[in-house]
Amino acid sequence: MNNFLKGLWKEHPVLRQLLGMCPTLAVTTTAINGLSMGLAVIFVLFFSSLIVSLIRKIVPSSVRIAVYTVIIATFVTIVDIFFKAQFPQISKALGPYVPLIIVNCIILGRCEAFASRYNVRESLLDALGMGIGFTWGLFVLGAVRELLGFSTILGIKILPSSFNPLVVMILPSGAFLVLGFMVAIMNKIEEKSKK
Amino acid sequence: MKDLLAIFISTVLINNFVLSYFLGICPFLGVSQKIESSLGMGMAVIFVMTLATAISWIIYHLMLVKLGLLFLEYVVFILVIASLVQIVEIFIRKFSPSLYQSLGIYLPLITTNCSILGAALFMVTRDYKFIEAVVFGFSGGIGFSLVLLIMAGIREELNYASVPNIFRGAPITLITASLLALIFMGFSGLISS
Repeated sequence: MNNFLKGLWKEHPVLRQLLGMCPTLAVTTTAINGLSMGLAVIFVLFFSSLIVSLIRKIVPSSVRIAVYTVIIATFVTIVDIFFKAQFPQISKALGPYVPLIIVNCIILGRCEAFASRYNVRESLLDALGMGIGFTWGLFVLGAVRELLGFSTILGIKILPSSFNPLVVMILPSGAFLVLGFMVAIMNKIEEKSKK
Repeated sequence: MKDLLAIFISTVLINNFVLSYFLGICPFLGVSQKIESSLGMGMAVIFVMTLATAISWIIYHLMLVKLGLLFLEYVVFILVIASLVQIVEIFIRKFSPSLYQSLGIYLPLITTNCSILGAALFMVTRDYKFIEAVVFGFSGGIGFSLVLLIMAGIREELNYASVPNIFRGAPITLITASLLALIFMGFSGLISS
């Protein structure tokens, strides 16, 4: 159970380990984009961990990274084709960042550090925890940027129209800024809980 | 020639891989502590990215399109990049040990640098011709190295600043990147498309 929980907070992939930064920053202009990227990563992470864990005893260690990468790329292709067919709008909004899940270091990192060493059950718990942790990180980041940039969350108007939207939050600069503050807040909470 | 120059300037300054597409953030945050190491990383990225876009272009247009295997695009690209990095590493170690000394440790890291795969994917979606693709890959690498070097310069100075405790490390780096991105936005009017 601990393997599941650690991804949610203690070893949060984005806010603690600073992994998978490219999609984190790029797609979180709105909360819904962040959420769909998170779900795509959960899917890929779950099935890659499953396969890697199943074949961990057969793969020679000298070619393991190449094997993992091909497994990941296969599942990413499935996700990409699925998005294109079922949710063309989301597929358009996420653009090249869906194929870029292949080089998302969270997935390769979990395969290498966890799934290649533990049995299927533990690996799947770890994958789910990390995936859900990643998703909530992206959702919060997306929600904050959407709130300040468009004054909405998930398309629902939250702030009064007297609030002047901060367009910079939607731009790359805002992504770095909000994430910087999120990591700092995370540090603050950690510091308090230690005392 | 004019087109190629436009691709160069827009890729280096306006649509910088790191600051406007968020590609290659991991090495951008990880290797930007010292100017020396970021120079090594930058050189390795320029080298591999130029080669990777050229080879991916050839494979994509002459093999995948002709054989109707477009669904294999991602798998093939990542294999090209991974094996290219390996080959380059072996080649440099054999022919220029001194270059290997300075680039060596950065080469394996490049496989997971998403800006390389990103460059290959953008080259496809933008329908570049061969020469354009090569220039695009080269300028992508230059843009990456430029930002990496600027960042390393700032971070070396940051060591002497008194940063609030909770902002030490990653947060202050991200906020610095935010300001850099804001500055680079100033270039956006440079080319009228």
